[in-house]
Parts: sequence; structure tokens; C-alpha cells
Amino acid sequence: MATIYVDNKPFEVDGADNLLRACLSLGLDVPYFCWHPALGSVGACRACAVKQYANADDKRGRLVMSCMTQSTDNTYISIDDGEAKAFRKSVLEWLMTNHPHDCPVCEEGGHCHLQDMTVMTGHNKRRYRFNKRTHQNQNLGPFINHEMNRCIACYRCVRYYNDYAGGNDLGVFGANNNLYFGRERDGVFDSEFSGNLIEVCPTGVFTDKTHSERYNRKWDMQFSPSVCQQCSVGCNTSPGERYGELRRIENRYHGEINHYFLCDRGRFGHGYVNRKDRPRQPFFRTSTTLNNTVLEILSADEAVSKIGSSLQVAISQERVIGIGSPRASLEANYALRDLVGAQNFYCGIGEAELKLIRQVLSIMQSTAARTPALREMEKADAVFVLGEDVTQTAPRIALALRQTVKTLAVDMAADLKIPDWQIAAVQCIGQREKSPLFIASFSATRLDDVAESTVNGAADDLARLGFAVAHAIDSDAPAVPGLSEEYLAAAQRIAQALLAAQKPLVVSGTGAASEAVLQAAANIAGALHKKGKTPALALCVPEVNSLGVAMLEADSADAGLRALVSDKADALIVVENDLFRRAPADLVSGAFSHVSTVVVIDHQSTATTERAMYILPAASFAEGDGTMVSMEGRAQRYFQLYNPEYYDPSSNIKESWRWLHALHTAIDHREVSWTQFDDITHECAEHVPALARIVEASPNASYRVKGLKIARAPRRYSGRTAMRANLSVHEPRASQDEDSALTFSMEGYGGPNEDASFVPFAWAPGWNSPQAWTKFQDEVGGHLRAGDAGVRLIEANTGSAGAYFVKIPAAFSADQDSWQAVPLHHIFGSDELSARAVATETMLEQPYVGLSPSDAEKLGVRDGVLVKVHNTGFNLSLAVRILSHLPSGLVGLPVGLTGMPYLPFHMPVKLNAGTST
Amino acid sequence: MMNAAILKSADTHPLTWRLDHLGSAPLDIKTYESLEGYTGLRKAITEMNPQAVQTLVKDANLRGRGGAGFPAGVKWSLVPMGENAPKQKYLICNADEMEPGTFKDRLLMEELPHQMIESMILVGYALQVSKAYIFLRGEYVVAAERLNRAIDEAKVAGYLSENILGSGWGMELHVHTGAGRYICGEETALINSLEGRRANPRAKPPFPQIAGLWGKPTVVNNVETLNNVPAIVVRGAEWFKGLSRGKSADSGTKLYGVSGRAKRTGVWELPIGTTGRELLYEYAGGMQDGLELMCWLPGGASTDFLLPQHLDLAMDFDTIAKAGSRMGTGLITVVDNKQNIVSVVRNLEQFFSRESCGWCTPCRDGLPWSVKLLQAIERGQGQAGDIEVLEEMTHFLGPGKTFCPHAPGAMEPLQSALKFFRSEFERGIMKTEIQNEEGLKAS
Repeated sequence: MATIYVDNKPFEVDGADNLLRACLSLGLDVPYFCWHPALGSVGACRACAVKQYANADDKRGRLVMSCMTQSTDNTYISIDDGEAKAFRKSVLEWLMTNHPHDCPVCEEGGHCHLQDMTVMTGHNKRRYRFNKRTHQNQNLGPFINHEMNRCIACYRCVRYYNDYAGGNDLGVFGANNNLYFGRERDGVFDSEFSGNLIEVCPTGVFTDKTHSERYNRKWDMQFSPSVCQQCSVGCNTSPGERYGELRRIENRYHGEINHYFLCDRGRFGHGYVNRKDRPRQPFFRTSTTLNNTVLEILSADEAVSKIGSSLQVAISQERVIGIGSPRASLEANYALRDLVGAQNFYCGIGEAELKLIRQVLSIMQSTAARTPALREMEKADAVFVLGEDVTQTAPRIALALRQTVKTLAVDMAADLKIPDWQIAAVQCIGQREKSPLFIASFSATRLDDVAESTVNGAADDLARLGFAVAHAIDSDAPAVPGLSEEYLAAAQRIAQALLAAQKPLVVSGTGAASEAVLQAAANIAGALHKKGKTPALALCVPEVNSLGVAMLEADSADAGLRALVSDKADALIVVENDLFRRAPADLVSGAFSHVSTVVVIDHQSTATTERAMYILPAASFAEGDGTMVSMEGRAQRYFQLYNPEYYDPSSNIKESWRWLHALHTAIDHREVSWTQFDDITHECAEHVPALARIVEASPNASYRVKGLKIARAPRRYSGRTAMRANLSVHEPRASQDEDSALTFSMEGYGGPNEDASFVPFAWAPGWNSPQAWTKFQDEVGGHLRAGDAGVRLIEANTGSAGAYFVKIPAAFSADQDSWQAVPLHHIFGSDELSARAVATETMLEQPYVGLSPSDAEKLGVRDGVLVKVHNTGFNLSLAVRILSHLPSGLVGLPVGLTGMPYLPFHMPVKLNAGTST
Repeated sequence: MMNAAILKSADTHPLTWRLDHLGSAPLDIKTYESLEGYTGLRKAITEMNPQAVQTLVKDANLRGRGGAGFPAGVKWSLVPMGENAPKQKYLICNADEMEPGTFKDRLLMEELPHQMIESMILVGYALQVSKAYIFLRGEYVVAAERLNRAIDEAKVAGYLSENILGSGWGMELHVHTGAGRYICGEETALINSLEGRRANPRAKPPFPQIAGLWGKPTVVNNVETLNNVPAIVVRGAEWFKGLSRGKSADSGTKLYGVSGRAKRTGVWELPIGTTGRELLYEYAGGMQDGLELMCWLPGGASTDFLLPQHLDLAMDFDTIAKAGSRMGTGLITVVDNKQNIVSVVRNLEQFFSRESCGWCTPCRDGLPWSVKLLQAIERGQGQAGDIEVLEEMTHFLGPGKTFCPHAPGAMEPLQSALKFFRSEFERGIMKTEIQNEEGLKAS
């Protein structure tokens, strides 16, 4: 604790902080550009200058950069000092000498940090009358625009991209005032976190290309507090819409999870919401033969009534099977369970995958290790990633793990009394020293460049390595017989590093499709706990609500399909699930052929909706509320972004749970009882003990701030009624949001002055850019003042550590003429929904089969050659891709790509080179 | 008058006496050894411990000759020494001589390469470094060749090895040629450049002596500074101080020089504290016929102009500083009365603007603007307010406001020219119609 004096007023601050961050945390406005809460201080832009005095009597003082000056006890500064203000104003004037007069046509305008700082410093008159330097721009791919004329050389982009995110294809070229920030040549950025450049850049150099086609100003968009749907990490997002169309996704600050950054899949993979071929009406297929189907459009009432009567008898006989989905909300799944009965409800996850997710859940509930929030992971000082390619399955975790290896440099700098925000000094002192990070995976991963060492092997071998690490930590953990020298040495090294750490972290998950891998990870965490360490164990699951749905304790999609094949049901209801992605095609087709009435509720047209007799248009995350449980076990609620009916009165999109409840009450001939979202959430919480606390994920619909609901749109939002003029000149009432404490308009509470806990968008007077998040935090870069969103449902079981898992698999041995297929995940392609976005089209992985160099040689094939990959149930023709790190005896098959059928993994496959069938 | 017949001696001209005794002999190690070469190194290693060498240099009050005048012994004292010090330590010779008007280090390295080598090894011994670099301005191709050859000779002779002269200590010495950026003369930018990074300066702390090259203890010294050390070791601190007795509180000799339209430009080794008048008139022969001295820069483009009346000041760090300028490198540039001072300043600012590294805003964006204003004034197209903008810049690009001393250096000629020759600038401002009318009325 330290006392600093700012313009003669005393303030209590953290004495180890820098003055800029301290002042901003106190709510005192100081302009800045190059400083960023996640990127540290470098003192380049000179915009944060304040006058510092030697003591209380010094009247003269001198200018210092507040970002580079420590807020030690008895520091005297003035922000208001005349010279400091004039100097800061000059900084803006200098930056403006080359800045184009672009505001009216620049996409950054309206959420531009440069605009805000120009206004804040008061620079408003151009004295510079000479030419401005200009640049050529680069084509950086489908996600990011490049307009270098606007650059103010704050260096944030390269510091973020290279130093923070570990990229190396963005550089700064040139010198003096002819600087260029770009790639060596046109092309897509390598890093999966390039999208954050859009928010890191304080001007319009890097802007969101997915927004450009349908651009509008920030103040003209409606936002909501939402949660990313594209993996299980649960990053918070701020989607923005206009005219009933999702326009862009921005980061929403969460002090425990994603803080300032998202991954590109989450930021740019939202296009599936705007697809033209989405079902927006209820459809009835009047002919059931695939060759001759006619879709008749029904009204909502007609659909409910028709479906209700066709299911009436079957429901009463408990002969309706419901298959839910891990990409649907808890409410959607629960409503389905409520309708068909728990014994007929299936969670919609594939059998093999469900087994793994249940293993994850069971480990989380019994382990003494803490399940870390994402941000906690960043502070780990020794990390072992076992079997999970997080760079592709849960990419935001990879960004967090990149920060862990910097812990050592921070400690080395601290020994020399250098604080962690003096980032250049920390990097200089740390040089190439890194905290230990070990990766055990099938093949090379994009995190390998920061790993101390990597091991590649088949799933069983990776599991054996994990078990050996646990045994090396605690000899009571089961030993691994017949372990190779290489693995033994690796296990020793990893164990030593984890034992020597203050905050050891183990990361694993379902990505390797191996229970043994999960159990080995659990053993390591348990062993560390037994040795008195405080380990963290992070287990990834595939989808946004995989864990939540598993907590509903229902059987797999396969089980449901098999029940249909055994004629256990007369009707099937599928909610937000393409069953062909979950189970073998013949099982799915077989099931469909055994049931006459199929109702599918989804927001996408899929192979499953093709088989439906009734299609009900479900709301995506943008059109409805929902609760999801992340891999952390955190229940979070996402809020509806817009009401589709307001913009398109013919739209009948409704939340899945509302359709199901309507059906249920129609069948039961009773009044609707769940009128509000909170109603169903509460019931779900009451009836599912594991989910009892989901009601705490967010305040309920009666929450008010000073009597006001929270506005989804900024005050300056325009055209609310005029935008419907083409539909009707009558001005209807704005949509009323019965489900939440938010309004569908600019009317309501906005801004940071109260501790509103769910913030649709960050804005504060004078702060229109993402920098405004500072105003919502308890301290800059800390937590949201009203607390970060969501509630953790599972905590460590420190009372009694679970027993060790003892089933050690045998070592993998390659077969003579078959290969073991291992799953390879892809950030663009493996996730069902983001692969349906136009923006990701050119980024999607194409189907391939990965081979080791020696196996490729054995088969006489090289890159690109087509080979047949087959087993019972599938026969694929795939292009070879030689993977230098893949062990021989394994083939790598990409997971979940459109155009690839459902594939079970770790089964033997045969390969045939040559063109014969 | 300089008497070419008087031979310099080691007692009076420690830096350059050997030049007078070379004759036609090659610049090789044998010649150097025959001229007391490597005796300083031998004495230090066989008779003194590293700390003793440091103390001696501190007592001799050797101030840095690169322009800043920081005492070398004090700079060295921050380097961790002893058993627990890091094994990896670096000595870097800042041979990136690019200050306009400066060409003294070139002389030393081209003509006396072994003197440079001996100095590096000796100071390396004093600091117990593991590796040393000469960061050499890339354009000095002759010096590069000669230094590299000298290093090879030194290795053969055993002066560079893992165990130098039986001391148990050894070091490597490498010549690294720069790629042409003036900012590499700033020690932290130099270190970044040596690491293969962009030549942006670093913030201090940490000081290079604690965490410099590759994060390890590093000392950066100028060529001339280092070249003084062997003689100090051989002849002692009192002798060094005696070289300038009566002329200055600073010690030793200084390589002074003259450029511009003087009769004889060049470099001369003289006692520190020699006056500008002596330098210009006795050694450089005064201004060329028909020209008079208008003003002069005492030590490079980044020093404030001084007037003829300042010629009687002792050219040492404190005296020139009190006069409102800096001694800098000590090689003066004379500006004759036929020059347009605005053009002179514009030329200098063009240099500084071009050489800005581009890291911090005032330097990167302010300097080019100053050039454009000066160009306009030079063409008689200046506008009302232009001089005020320039004056503002001399304050806001001053010391402490920018990330490194580059821009403050650039402002020195500008602020002094505005101070002494403001009317010359005002002549370049266009009169507005109202001003013209009033002018007509008045006349």
C-alpha cells in the first residue's frame, strides 16, 4: 500500500504499480496509446505524460511518463499541470500530422481510441500544412482489413502479436516516420489470435473485415452480454447487431476467463447465424420419401397443434425419444427431458465421447486439484499438456499457456527489482529463459515453439507417459511396466519440473479420445496434491455445453438411436443436433427408418433436418437466452441479442425450450407455465442437483439499476423506428424483453457508474473504444466491479483425494498392415457451427490423411496423393499429408470436417495407395 | 603554429604519439610492440588485479570521450564483480562514429588498430568480461579490415585467448560492423542492434551494467575513452591529470578537430581545456581567406551553436556546458558568415529527422515537421506561427520529454540558432497583406 498525491489529493494505491495504471484504476483520466493492461509499459508514445514533483514543496517538477513511473509511497504528481496538458496535446498534434482525414469513412470511427484521446487532450486545430506520408496496404485474408495510412506507430500490434501471442509474421519495417506494420507479403496471419489486433489497434489500421460488408457504427448497434459458442472455454463476447442481422463479435471482458482477448474462431466464426438457408419458419414435410419432399410452411400455432396432436398418444405411452445436444442450452435440453421424460431423454453426445466427458466430470468432482479458471492458468510456473491439442480444440487456452512460460522471466526481473509491467526490461533480463512447459501429443502442435520438450506417441503411449509422471511424483501411484528409456527420462523431467513449481498445471481433455489419458492426468494431479503441492487440473471437453449436458446424466445419442432401431419409440424429437456427426451413418439412417414422426428443432439446416417430418426454427445464441456450463464447470448465461420478429414479422424463430414447452402444454392441454426464461432455469436447477446453482449465473429478470433495465444499445442509437419504414410506417412498441433485465433499445441504464454485472457493451463518457472496459473494472485489468459473470459449480475435493486410477494400457505396437487412426483437431473445420460461416470458408481444413514420413515412404506416396482409407462402415479417399512428428503406425484423421463422416478413433484402418477402388 | 618537426612522445600525447614514429613501418603487431605496445596490458595483468585497474582509472578521472563525458570509472563500478558475478559479461566499444563533424575515432582505429585492441583487452581484464565487441560503423571499411587483421595477430601472439598472459582469465574479441544507422551510437540502441533487433533504444533501468547485451552485465565505452587506458596504467593517474594542469579540471588529452571552411581541417591531440581560439587559429589556421566566423558547433551537430566570443572558453565538459552548449565530441564545425544559417540548421535537422529510429512520437513526428518548416522558411515561404511551432518543439523535444537523447540533441542547433539569429528566420516568414500595408504606411 502506498499513498500518492495527484493534484494535491491523496490516494491509496498499490506501491508496485505504475502511475498510469494506478490513476486509471482510480478513475482519473490520463491519455495513453502504447500502454495496454495486458502488454505492459514501454514509454513510446509519450501521451501519458504527467508532471512529477520531488516532494510536496517542489513547485517546478518535471514531466515523466506515468506508464513508466512506479507509484511508490509519497509520489507527487499533477495530471492537470499546464505543461503536462500542453505536452499531451502536442503528442496528439504530432500524431495527427500524418493521420488521414478519414473519420467519416473509417470503420474505427465511433469506437476509436485515437478519437477519444484527441478529444481528451483538446487538440482540435491543424497547424501542420504539409503533405502526409502514405502507404500501400496488404491483403491479410478474410478476417482483417489493413489501412496503414492511419497508423500512429504505437507498436501495440507487434507487441501483442509477437511478444504476447507468440506470432512471427507481423513485423515493423522502416524507420523514422516511414514505419510500416505488416507482413513480409500479403497473406493470412498465421496466428489463431490475429483477430485481437482489431481491438488492440487504437486506430483503424486493423479492422474487422467480417463486419465491413455490412458495416455500421458502434453507436448504431444493439449488443448483448453473450458467451462464445465455439468451444468449451466459455469466453465472454459482445455480439453486435443491426436490422436483425448479427454484424460482429467483440470481446467482452471477463476478469477470470478471457479478459481482453478472444481466438479467431470465436471472433469470426459467427456467420452461421446469418445464413440464408436457416430455418425461420416451421416446416412440415408432406412426403417422407427422400426423393419427393415438399416442405409446407406452418404458422407457429399450426405447428404446435399439429405436432402436439401427432405426438399426443406417443407421449402418453412414453414412446417419444428426445435427443438433446451439447451445443444447445441447458434449458433446451431440460425442456426436452421434461417433455419426453427422463428415461427417454438422451443427451445427444456420441457414445465414445460421452464416456470421456463423464470421465472428465467424475474426475472434476473427485479430484483434490483445483479446476482453474482460464486466467489463473496464466500464472502457472510449470505446465504439462497431456494429449490435448489445445491450440485447435480450446484455442484461447493456448494463448493463456503462452503466458505461463514467461513466469520465469518475471521472477528473474523481480530479483533485479524490476516490476512486471516494465515489459521490455523483463524480456531483456529473461532472454530465452522460459518456465517449463511440456507437451505430449500425437503429432506436432502449434504450441511446440514454447515447449521445453515434446513427446509424440499413440494415445496409449501418451497415457503411459502420464501414468509414469504420476508415479515419479508419488511412488504410491501405479508404476508403468516396460516403459521405454525415452519415456522414463521424459517422465522424470516432467515430474521434477511439476514438483519444483509453485503453481503446477496439468492440461488434458477429451481431444485425444482416450480415457486412459484422462485418468493419467488425474493421477498426476492427485500425486502432486499428495506431495503437498497445490496443483491445477484443466480438462477440455469438445463443445460449449458438453459438460453441462453431461451433468444431466442422460445416455448417449447412440443409445437413443439404438432404442429407435429396437422400436422402443414411435416418435423422435431432436434438438439442435446433427446426428450424422454423432454416430455412424448406418445407425443414424437405420434409426430414422424405424420412426415415422421426427421433429427437429434447430437453427441450422443439416443432414438431420433433411430427415425431419417437422422442422421448428430454433433461436441461435443471438435470438434467445440460455445457460451453458463451460469446461471450468462455470455456468454462464448468454443473453438474447435481438428479437427477430421485430425486423421480420414473418419470422417464427423461438428458443428451443419455448417450442418444447409449447408442445408439452399443448399435449397436456394446460396453460403455459414457463413464461419467462427464469422459470425454466429455476426448474432445471430444482430438479437437477448438480445444476442447483445455475440460477446464480446471472441476476434474474427483475434486476434493475436505479429502477432501470439495462439498455442493449448505446444512447446514440438511431433509426429504431425508421428502420421498419419499408415494412410499415406504423411505429410499433419496441420489443419487450420479458426474459431478462435488459431492454431491446437504447432506453435503460447504460455506462459504468453502477455495478451492473452484465454489460452488453463497454462505453463510458469520453471512452468509446474497448479501452472503456477500464471503467467497469475494480482495477485496470482486474475484475469487473460487480463481479465476473457466471458461477462455478464444481470445486476441488480437498477433503479426501480420490484413489489412483490403476488401469495402465499396454504400449502401442504398430500392426503389420493396418494403422491406428488418431483424431487431429482443426480450429477451422472441426467445430460444426463456425465451419458454416462464410468468413471461415477459405480457412477450413480440407479432408486429408496424415502419415508419418516413414509410413509414407513404405506406401510409396507423397503429399497430395490420394489413398483409400477404410474399415467397416467407411471407405474414404483422402489426400496424403506427411506429418513429420506423427509416429509410424498411426494415421491422423481430421475431426468433424464437413464432408467427412462420423469416425470412431483408435480403431484400426487399412490404407490402399493407388487409384483402384 | 604547429611544428611538424617536433615529435610527440608517449608522455605528452598518449593517444597519437605512435603516429609520429611509424615512418614507413607497417601497422602490424611487431611495429606496435616496438613502440611500447601491449606494455599496459602486461603491467595490468602481471601487477594489478582487476579492481585495482578500475580504481586507477577512476582516480585518473577519465571522462567518456563519446560526447556525454560520464566518468568511465564510475560507469564501470556498477558492474558486478567477484566470485558471484555472472560469468557472462560484455565490453562493447562504441565505434559507431556518426556524429556529423566527428572523425577522431576513425583516425585511431585505422592508424592504430593494435592500440584499440590492447585497450579493449585491458579494460576487458578490468571488468573480467567474457566477450568483447567493437561495434564499428559499417562505412569504416578500412578500419574493419585493419582491426580484424590486428585481432588475428593478437591471437597468434597470445594476447587474445582463454588464458591471457597466464592470468587465468580470457576473452573473445569480435568486430561487428553496423548497417548505417546513427541511432546505433546510442548505447542501448547499439546493444539492441548487436542482438539483431531493431535499433530502438532501451529504457533505463535496468542499466546495461546490470542487464545489457543478452541481459548480461555490459559496459559500452567510446573508442577514444578506451584508448586512454593503457597509458594510464603505465604512467599513473597523477600523470594523466597533469596533462591538462592549468587548463582544466578534467584530465588527460583530447582529440580535437576542426571542420568547415577553415584553412586546415583535421584532428589534433591537445591537452583537454585547450580553447577554441587556439584550436581554430593556431592549429587549423583560421578561416579561409575572405571568410569570417559567424558561429561554431563545439562538438558535433547535436551541440548548441556558440559565437566567436565563446572561443576563449576552455573546451572541457563543464565550461562549455555553463556557456549553454555541450563539448560533445570536441571536434568543432565552423560556420562562416557567407552561410545561410537557416539552411545550415535545415540541413542538420534533415539529418536528425532521417536518423530518428521512429520509436517515440515527438522525435518521429516532430523532427520531420521541423524540417518542413525550415524548408519553407528557407524558401521565404514561412508563415506566421512557424517560428513559434519551432520554438515549442525545442521545449517539447527537450531532455526528459523523449525516449532517448536523439531529439534533444537535434534541438540543440535549432534552439541556439533561434536564440542568436532569430532575425534570419524571421526574414523567411512571408508578410501578409496587412503587414505589407502597414509596412508601406510606416515607410
